[in-house]
Amino acid sequence: MAAEVGQFALILAFVLAIVQAAAPLWGAARGEPVLMALGRAAATLQAGFVILAFGCLAASYVACDFSVALVAQHSNTQQPLAYRFAATWGSHEGSMLLWVLILAIYGGAVARFGGTLRETLQARVLGVQGLIGVAFLGFLIFTSNPFLRLSPVPLEGTELNPLLQDPGLVSHPPLLYLGYVGFSVAFAFAVAALIEGRVDAAWARWVRPWVLAAWVPLTAGITLGSLWAYYELGWGGWWFWDPVENASLMPWLLGTALLHSSLVLERRGALVSWTILLAILTFSLSLVGTFLVRSGILTSVHSFAVDPQRGIYILGIIAVTTGAALGLYAWRAPSLRTGALFSPLSREGGITLNNLFLVTLTATVFLGTFSPVFIEILKGDKISVGPPYYARTFAPLAVPLLVLVVFGPMLNWKRDAAAAVFRRVRIPAAIAGGVLLTGLVTVGWRNSVAAAGLGLAGWLVAGALAIPGRRWWAGRAELRRSIRTTPTAVFGLALAHAGLGLLTLGIVGVSAWHSDKVLTMHPGESTAFAGRTLTLQSIVLADGPNYQARQAHFDITGRGGPYSLVAERRAYASSQTTEAAIHVSPLGNLYVSGGDEADGGIVVRLWDHPLIVWIWIGGFTMALGGLVSLCDRRLRLGVAARAPAPRLAPAPAAQAPAE
Amino acid sequence: MRRLLALLPVAAFVIVLVGFMVGLRRDPSILPSMLIGKPLPAFTLAPLRANEAGLASVDLAGQPVLLNVFASWCGPCKEEHPTLLRLKAEGVPIVGLDWKEDAADGARWLDANGDPYLRAGNDRTGRAGIDLGVSGVPETFVVDRRGRVRYRQVGAITPQIWAETIEPLMARLKAES
Repeated sequence: MAAEVGQFALILAFVLAIVQAAAPLWGAARGEPVLMALGRAAATLQAGFVILAFGCLAASYVACDFSVALVAQHSNTQQPLAYRFAATWGSHEGSMLLWVLILAIYGGAVARFGGTLRETLQARVLGVQGLIGVAFLGFLIFTSNPFLRLSPVPLEGTELNPLLQDPGLVSHPPLLYLGYVGFSVAFAFAVAALIEGRVDAAWARWVRPWVLAAWVPLTAGITLGSLWAYYELGWGGWWFWDPVENASLMPWLLGTALLHSSLVLERRGALVSWTILLAILTFSLSLVGTFLVRSGILTSVHSFAVDPQRGIYILGIIAVTTGAALGLYAWRAPSLRTGALFSPLSREGGITLNNLFLVTLTATVFLGTFSPVFIEILKGDKISVGPPYYARTFAPLAVPLLVLVVFGPMLNWKRDAAAAVFRRVRIPAAIAGGVLLTGLVTVGWRNSVAAAGLGLAGWLVAGALAIPGRRWWAGRAELRRSIRTTPTAVFGLALAHAGLGLLTLGIVGVSAWHSDKVLTMHPGESTAFAGRTLTLQSIVLADGPNYQARQAHFDITGRGGPYSLVAERRAYASSQTTEAAIHVSPLGNLYVSGGDEADGGIVVRLWDHPLIVWIWIGGFTMALGGLVSLCDRRLRLGVAARAPAPRLAPAPAAQAPAE
Repeated sequence: MRRLLALLPVAAFVIVLVGFMVGLRRDPSILPSMLIGKPLPAFTLAPLRANEAGLASVDLAGQPVLLNVFASWCGPCKEEHPTLLRLKAEGVPIVGLDWKEDAADGARWLDANGDPYLRAGNDRTGRAGIDLGVSGVPETFVVDRRGRVRYRQVGAITPQIWAETIEPLMARLKAES
């Protein structure tokens, strides 16, 4: 029953998406308020029906309704409730439904909260979103229907891939999709602006929170994915430069560029057509990411169910959306007004440089990911691109960008003087120099690159703290007041940049000083590793809810000890997983993974990961910074709605702008 | 000028799109090799562990053999590994070429994951890999009893690929005399 309701809801949503695409675009062109209002209603209703469809699928999963083919393929009665629910988006069809769900919710949000926008702009944004909705709902209904019935009904389903039965899965894909799909709003705004042929301050003020609202979950999602790969895949790695990981990194890099350039557009009205281009490209790369995962054009360690037919459909969607948007850009962008002028040494100049670096980094990842496809076509050769490529291309570009990050917020808008800028960064510079020297003394000259990395991390963190610090120092006469009046966005900025410093700290630490060891251990044996002594106490068999576990109990003494760890190997009905035992501490993790049995003992792999935990703390701190920034009153969506006479003029910023 | 600049993104996009369209029609796992039907290029490789025999191209003559190129830094190799271990248990002769890394890393990886190889050699510089036309790991060559390359598998050997393609070929090669 639920499946049929879901199916109907999905078809209704598809029809409503067609209305949402056609009515407001037509209405805006003809100046018909009724058609534009129809578009808003269609967007709200469409969101309702997609939520209903998603709820129906989730209910089928939770109730173990194996007459639904998708449920029978990805869930069974042994699976705990949380994972039966999470399995809703564990399959191709389910994840595309999640994609559409998020798109529809964003569309509904633009309809509901977009009342302060110029009515034609809001209508066009909704229309463009409706077009994307039509494409993806069509994709779902015609090529990947999640509600197909199965007959005869099996008594038991095939369980979800055990690797995915983890709290990480429950939140990783939804966060990524919130990010990917979130950029569709910026895309819709960009296309709407190109159709209107004008970009104004109200446009910029609207786009920035949407970009931020997409960037925050994307940052958190990528961080969570890295963390999940670390503890679940049992290789002790945190980033693999796999095509699917790159697929999420590219929109993140461009989204970060967009986040900064939209700031310039909002505050100074400059970089107009550049910001529009970035908005188009960021969402296009999100689509390419979806294409990459679903088409099988590249081989990847993420073995999703792939199907070239679906790949062609998604490629068609990309061809139409990106192609039309870029075509419109080529036609309209030259006639957009150019923004205010600024001198090269200014906040605008700094952000332009940041954008150049981020776009180049994106291009590097893009080339690394897709060059195998193009080289094969051109030369018939097959090549593979691995970590050495990225070590040689990505890192040398990322380091200067990280050095420049501290300067950005220290620069004045419009123009600045070099001497004054260097004076402003003298304290972070002194701290970074101190860290570098301490590093050199403790780790020695031979590790000077690592010491420089630590100095860079110190530079970033100190530079981030200097942003509110300088403000408070200037207002130290009335410190309490100056702290209270600091805009929330300043805290967000400081947190995000400090998070980048912590991320750098983690990457430097684990890259420079990690060590590992592999040996066969029998119960009672001990081994010395990285300043610790590990003893394998016992090997025990235990039962989990839907798996059998072989637990290896370890006692550890020495650095950070004493403590105990239990490394598991789980046998599920369909496959095995390794649940590594990890002792987490700020200075470094001990990672113990129990492998195959060998002559009475087990093969034990040990890793020492100095400072690695800061990678994820840094990533989440960046996301938190974005979230804090989003809470700034200046960006809060509801604020302008409470202002009088909302449709006449863009509401003034609610508070003095952040520095 | 401004107008031409604005056309640049859409032009670049069309090129990328055409690339994707053509790329989509190709199966990334099918790779031809220039070496098919030709003798294996000569190489002599040092062993992974000091006290073992290395791997030389002449070692491969005498019976049909799988030459598997692997590396500890390669993700898909780990996926392929259980299949190789199964083949070893079934008595399929496999030799290993440890590609572009220190021998110690390869040896540690085999210690941890199991060693499916009769013998293995370390190709730290990737020189032998170039002669073989190795483009990435994992990659596997089927070499017949006279030391000629008969098939090249790019990417992991899955149980399906083994059963459908390589196993019948190996059986045929065994029957050849």
